[in-house]
Amino acid sequence: MRTRNIFLSALGVAVLMALLPFLGVGGYVLGLLTSAFYFGVFAMGWDLLFGFAGEVNFGPSFLIGVGAYTAGLLNHYAHWPIVACVPLGALAAVVAGLLLAVPALRLSGPYFGLVTLVAVLLLQNVIVIFAGFTGGEIGLDLPDVLAISSRVNYWYALGLATVVGLALFALSRSAVGLILQASGQDAVEAAALGFNVVRHKLAAFCISALVSGLAGAMLIFYLGTVSTDSVVDIAIGVQVIIAAVLGGRRTILGAAVGAVFLIVAGELLRPVGQLSSFIVSAVALLVILFFPGGLLGRVIVREGA
Amino acid sequence: MKALQILIDGFAISSLYATGAIGFTLIFGVSGVLNLSHGSIMVTAAVVAWLVAGSFGAGAYGGALVGIAAAVIVSLVTYGLVVRPIQHSRTIAREEKEIFVLTGTLLWGIMVQEAIAYIFTNNPKTVLPLIGGVVNLLGVRTPANEIAIAAIAWIAMGLLWLLVNRTRGGKALMAAAINPRGLTLCGFELGSIHLLVWTIYGVLAGVAGVLLGSFLGVSSDNAGQLTASAFSIVVLGGLGSVTGSLVAAYVVGYLESITAYLVNPSIRTVPVLVLLVIVVYLRPQGLLGRR
Repeated sequence: MRTRNIFLSALGVAVLMALLPFLGVGGYVLGLLTSAFYFGVFAMGWDLLFGFAGEVNFGPSFLIGVGAYTAGLLNHYAHWPIVACVPLGALAAVVAGLLLAVPALRLSGPYFGLVTLVAVLLLQNVIVIFAGFTGGEIGLDLPDVLAISSRVNYWYALGLATVVGLALFALSRSAVGLILQASGQDAVEAAALGFNVVRHKLAAFCISALVSGLAGAMLIFYLGTVSTDSVVDIAIGVQVIIAAVLGGRRTILGAAVGAVFLIVAGELLRPVGQLSSFIVSAVALLVILFFPGGLLGRVIVREGA
Repeated sequence: MKALQILIDGFAISSLYATGAIGFTLIFGVSGVLNLSHGSIMVTAAVVAWLVAGSFGAGAYGGALVGIAAAVIVSLVTYGLVVRPIQHSRTIAREEKEIFVLTGTLLWGIMVQEAIAYIFTNNPKTVLPLIGGVVNLLGVRTPANEIAIAAIAWIAMGLLWLLVNRTRGGKALMAAAINPRGLTLCGFELGSIHLLVWTIYGVLAGVAGVLLGSFLGVSSDNAGQLTASAFSIVVLGGLGSVTGSLVAAYVVGYLESITAYLVNPSIRTVPVLVLLVIVVYLRPQGLLGRR
């Protein structure tokens, strides 16, 4: 499909989704979709880094967690308003991402992956060690919430997912996106063509950190509490990765679809109890083995690619 | 006294780490696969050993053997069902196979872990100790089982050394790690070498899993942690380097024991993580890595 058509269809889907609350959809479903949209943003940020820059970030929840905890601590202790906490959280995620990425991008493949994984484990340990200040594993209550109404919360999440999704998609189809893709597939050749590979990857990492931190900070004001289980745990990162791969790498928008699919499937499978994550993982594995392009891989493939 | 205690406990836990990590590094060396279902395979071995030794009354040794056999089976299934199809896939671009193997084994690991949790719950299981009783070792009361664990781990690693250096199959295996194409040109079937290395890996992971189960107890929730620790040890030692993994396992084991005894057991993994970051930044090839 042409870029323009995909862009317009995505916008159309977003508008239709925005009308859902008027079609008699209940608060329960809206709540489910709200978390799915935040997850979608995490997954899209991850796809930019992995699908395009070719770097496997095992620690998306490091960036999410830094954003969430910065915003949460500011709100809990300094009582700053949400409009100040969320941007600061996003900013903190970018700074933390830069501190991680500047040295880490000298590494490649599994080494980069391991460093990002270790970053998550260290963050989690720090939060647990300073439990008196951070709330530890139990979490920290937040005095403010985004909104009481499930509809308003839903629109906030949908709005964020739409803006981030379209922006990242446009970026991925721009010249910068092409250079990133080239750096991911053959860094040496991309550098030989005169592109600054490291700078482009660093920029991708910063953008990924920005959207992850932003969504992480907003997510906790939706949940009303910030805890390691909801924003830092490795399991969160694994879910983000599964969502992105399931939806289709290198598609950006597919990652959001994957996240919605994952969250809704997890909810529909609730009756089978513990088996639900088994089934979700099995489905994801089958998709990887038989449709490596993912759910949207066939639809959103750049012409000639 | 405390120093001696750390020395003994650290030795046992390090030997365990080494056994698990050497299998992990061997697979990476021979076929370039980082198997993220490693922890789940270890847990499988421990839980099966616990089940067979306890509920079926096969005794500690019978349980351990069946547990190791189970690990070999899961390891071969991992190769046959997940890794091989991805490596041979025509739709996945060559440069992306590595990431697909990572994601695929990660998902497969979660499946195994969840299946175990579903059937046997995620309560920690303690495998029957192979040897009962307590030995007085230079004034430190040490469970005899702890000594047995270190001994078995070293015997397993010794057998691996013999296999690799003294047998035709083992030499072919090392050759595959150095130059797979050269080996196929000499008329060796790469497929059977991969089967061999996954079998050896299954045995090593199984031994490590069963021993860990009898030492500390194992729950399906530990799978991720076990994978992460094997991954860390292997990178610390240098990817693909067996000696490096051995050295790194002892560094990690002792660092953890020292932290747990002298500082606080709840932060036992933190110094290792910090060390890992420092090593990876200053010397990405690891302590004894090639390149």
